[in-house]
Amino acid sequence: MWDFIKLIALGAVAVLAALAATQARDLPYLVNAIEVVLAAAIAGYWIYKTRGQGSSASPYEYNDGVIRAGVIATVLWGVVGFLVGTTIAFQLAFPALNFEWAQGYLNFGKLRPLHTSAVIFAFGGNALIATSFYVVQRTSAARLFGGNLAWFVFWGYNLFIVLAATGYILGATQSKEYAEPEWYVDWWLTIVWVFYLIVFLGTIFKRKEPHIYVANWFYLSFIVTIAMLHIVNNLAIPVSFFGSKSVQLFSGVQDAMTQWWYGHNAVGFFLTAGFLGMMYYFVPKQAERPVYSYKLSIVHFWALIFLYIWAGPHHLHYTALPDWASTLGMVFSIMLWMPSWGGMINGLMTLSGAWDKLRTDPVIRMMVVSVGFYGMSTFEGPMMSIKAVNSLSHYTDWTIGHVHSGALGWNGMITFGALYFLVPRLWSRERLYSLTLVSWHFWLATIGIVLYASSMWVSGIMQGLMWREVDSQGFLVNAFADTVAAMHPMYVTRGIGGVLYLTGGVIMAYNLWATVAKQPRNESASVAAVPAE
Amino acid sequence: MDTYSLMREFADSWALLMLCLLFVGVVFWAWRPGSRKMHDDTANIPFRHDDRPEGPGPKGTTFKEAWK
Repeated sequence: MWDFIKLIALGAVAVLAALAATQARDLPYLVNAIEVVLAAAIAGYWIYKTRGQGSSASPYEYNDGVIRAGVIATVLWGVVGFLVGTTIAFQLAFPALNFEWAQGYLNFGKLRPLHTSAVIFAFGGNALIATSFYVVQRTSAARLFGGNLAWFVFWGYNLFIVLAATGYILGATQSKEYAEPEWYVDWWLTIVWVFYLIVFLGTIFKRKEPHIYVANWFYLSFIVTIAMLHIVNNLAIPVSFFGSKSVQLFSGVQDAMTQWWYGHNAVGFFLTAGFLGMMYYFVPKQAERPVYSYKLSIVHFWALIFLYIWAGPHHLHYTALPDWASTLGMVFSIMLWMPSWGGMINGLMTLSGAWDKLRTDPVIRMMVVSVGFYGMSTFEGPMMSIKAVNSLSHYTDWTIGHVHSGALGWNGMITFGALYFLVPRLWSRERLYSLTLVSWHFWLATIGIVLYASSMWVSGIMQGLMWREVDSQGFLVNAFADTVAAMHPMYVTRGIGGVLYLTGGVIMAYNLWATVAKQPRNESASVAAVPAE
Repeated sequence: MDTYSLMREFADSWALLMLCLLFVGVVFWAWRPGSRKMHDDTANIPFRHDDRPEGPGPKGTTFKEAWK
């Protein structure tokens, strides 16, 4: 019965999307509508095939299937995102790589949002959804709420990514950084996100542990805040229901402030709070000891919640934004330094008494370096938010270097650590295929980040100094093209750093595949050995 | 007074004071007497139900204090 209602709904979606495709006013809308038809058809076919089977899953087993899918998606999107990033790094160093035959589709301007969305939303988002489903089940001692709803969240989220990515290449964008997808893609993500919140909260509500573990607090704040940011920043009126173009509700400096309120809190709650949820679960698990100070983790959480939401205006120093607003953003950014370092110390000190593991366990080494980069970029960020520093650093490559030391170092490394932790457990394998390959990945990634960050420091500070250099008569010394020419060696170095990081990612993909494919299933561990009730 | 000025006035006086007090309250709440036992117990949640949820049947993992 339920299956047939789903089939009718999917049929209606497919027909409506097909009708919309016939009316499409532009190419990205047409292609996205066809993608929706295909997605509905595939989902309908799957439901028809498995109709009437019901759920055989016991409430006394974890729902790990959707987490396995999330892990695979994380690895694949990660490698794709790193590849696109390395490509555009070389496009900047060697403009000839913006091929004439692909002009308008594969040039830097089109690939850049593809890269940022692929690494943040596809790689990071899938990692967050998968690990949050893993952590919330284990720390609530309960199966995921809502049955197959978690599968809807997984496939719905990945459909969002495919719609957004094809839209970018074909020219659909609302020109907001990290919020490029057009109105109907935003609506779809809103629906998926509400169900994500329901699955997560539902699991917490039926928990068997009396208390909610701190990792879940961080995951929950990430889900709730992203919902709020996403809706407010994407308030837009579509020009037509059959076209991708929309017009923003806000205009001028209000729109800019809303965008960077969104933009910085996407960093604060997507790339920080969510990933701190990972840190507070996976670092204690891999170190086999509880978090250093649970009280500190509570203060860490509430300090981030109270402070982060005000930091956005530091993206708009020396603009039409009122002075008080940008001062407020600067002050709150500086205050954020302390709780961030409190959290870093909490993560690092979790290893106290187990520091010897750093020598033997490359996975914990990855996590420790990740927390180290969290500390480094949460010091660099407040420093760059100071107006005087920002007048030098803003619009230069220093910003890009800062973002990447956070994204590659903190988000990337903690995700790699979590993936190495999860794969043997999710597929019931005794151990990883090769720790040597993990070490290779660790060193390639670390050296890659060092090359990236240091070349962008040099490039960015040089760029800033060249822009402001004036001669004794008060005339600017350098033309803009001079600064571009001077940055070439640093751009090549950055590209090489990217190649190292990408190579590490490919090695990880192979290692995780081999962990599952080249090792026997470990029957003694896991639920497989437990007799049915 | 126009709405903007009114809200600005409220935001940097009473609202600011209330949020600061709320935060200080959170810090004191975390360090309140008798919270240590509860926090030690909560910090050990990740080490309890690795393989299967709470329920009938054999336990997947038995509870053990992680640092011992």
